[in-house]
Amino acid sequence: MNVKVLVPTGALGITYCKKALERGLKEKPDIIVVDGGSTDSGPAYLGKGKSKYSRSSTKSEWKTLMVAREKLKIPLLIGSAGTCGTDKTVDWFLEITKELAKELNQNIKITLLKCSQSKKNINKAFLSKNLSPLNNAPKISSKKIINCTNIVGLAGVEQITEAINTKADIIICGRSTDASLIASLPIMKGVDKAIAWHAGKIGECGAFCTTNPRSGVILISFKKNGFFIKPVSNNTKVTPFTVSAHMVYENSNPFTLIEPGGHLDVKKAIYEKQKDGSVYVTGANWVKDNNYKIKLEGTYVEGYQSISIVLIRDETYVKSIKKWSKQVENKVKKIVDSSLSLKKKNYKIQFRFVGKNATLGSLERKTVEPNEIGVLVVVTAKKQYECEEISKILNPLLLHHSLFKKTELPTFSFPLSPPSFNIGKKYAFCLNHVISVKNPMDIFKLEKYSI
Amino acid sequence: MRLKELVKKIRSKNAGPFLLTIDIFCSNRKTFETIIQKITKIEISRLYKIPKKQIEIFPIKDLFIVKITIPRPNIQGSSKDRDLHGASFGIILEELKIK
Repeated sequence: MNVKVLVPTGALGITYCKKALERGLKEKPDIIVVDGGSTDSGPAYLGKGKSKYSRSSTKSEWKTLMVAREKLKIPLLIGSAGTCGTDKTVDWFLEITKELAKELNQNIKITLLKCSQSKKNINKAFLSKNLSPLNNAPKISSKKIINCTNIVGLAGVEQITEAINTKADIIICGRSTDASLIASLPIMKGVDKAIAWHAGKIGECGAFCTTNPRSGVILISFKKNGFFIKPVSNNTKVTPFTVSAHMVYENSNPFTLIEPGGHLDVKKAIYEKQKDGSVYVTGANWVKDNNYKIKLEGTYVEGYQSISIVLIRDETYVKSIKKWSKQVENKVKKIVDSSLSLKKKNYKIQFRFVGKNATLGSLERKTVEPNEIGVLVVVTAKKQYECEEISKILNPLLLHHSLFKKTELPTFSFPLSPPSFNIGKKYAFCLNHVISVKNPMDIFKLEKYSI
Repeated sequence: MRLKELVKKIRSKNAGPFLLTIDIFCSNRKTFETIIQKITKIEISRLYKIPKKQIEIFPIKDLFIVKITIPRPNIQGSSKDRDLHGASFGIILEELKIK
């Protein structure tokens, strides 16, 4: 047995080396697999149901992969299409694929795996105690679930297998676990589950498991009880260290990986350097979960935001920046109370001192005196109109507020015009839960298209 | 000496929106053992203001990596969060003075 999976990049949209892709194609892979999303860029994408990456770069990178697929006549699979993997972004990705099929004059079969969840069903599962929290999950309620803007379930090997089984040329999956994309075809062909899942985690970010993460492309060859990992780019190597260290990457536990249907245990895994420059991996263990669970991700609107930025270069004010901003805040609150009749609990004003402690906030331990401080003022309220009003009340104070009673009013620097901006809806993640299902496909849908 | 001068690399990342994971890469066994001794749950709790029982430390002896997983001080991308990718939390450890 020999099953080969080609991974051109860790994420579609961040570019990859086309020469390395060409070399990878010469190895005659059985499938091209690419990840299209993550929660790592924040809640706004799932919140809105939009892609993080530009449509044009997504289209141009996908085009090269569609051409490669046509040449080799092998399936091309993308997971978590459009960053957040909602039905809306899967449809967006389908539209791009259709446009390209027309431009490239390709006749293709496409299968979509849709992962968006109905709030009604998830609430029903919550009320019947079918949802369980994961590590450090926030508290949820029916109200929170119903108020979600989007909820997705993360597909695993079982759902992606169903999609591959439709014999489509191109498979566009909504939100899926990274590792399942690589693991699915090998498991279908008889590779040991633990081996396939382990390769899935190691290969999920493409060349991140090599000495040169920027090179993008890797090839994973499977035997029944082990896998070889090989960089395809010229200037890149893999070592037992680079391969095994990827188990640590963005994973809360370096020895176990919880996936739909069970978990992977790599405590006894062995990583061996081969003469041809590849690394051979064996020894992981897959522990089946008799209660099949799907992880959920969800976002809600926490409020609206506006921001202002003012630069403070005067050293007297740089030294007293905390006192200055506290005085500004108190003055603003008084005006907001009298003119906008907004209660204090219904809005928040945060002052973040760029150059001092904007990154770490109360965890910052360094106390050096900077030349200047950028004051980023973040206003959060229930309505955009309220944020805008508060920002406009803030503006003259940020421009002229004086620490001293009897001196001329100071003037501070606004780097931009307008000096404040409406951010719009402020989305936040609110689900870190799993749902138990009888059949893995219970909460997923397949759609088929021929072009 | 600061911790960054002793080790190869310190990396902090999100492990999903609710957890933060910090990896300390050591060059050799000796440093690895020093790190395990010095970077305790008590120390992490003090630096990150997180209760001790919510901290997990994984020494990975084959790789000389020490992994620390804690709840995110603020949920990723929520209105209080300042670091969407959890990119800079490792700096607190990098700049820690050790004897």
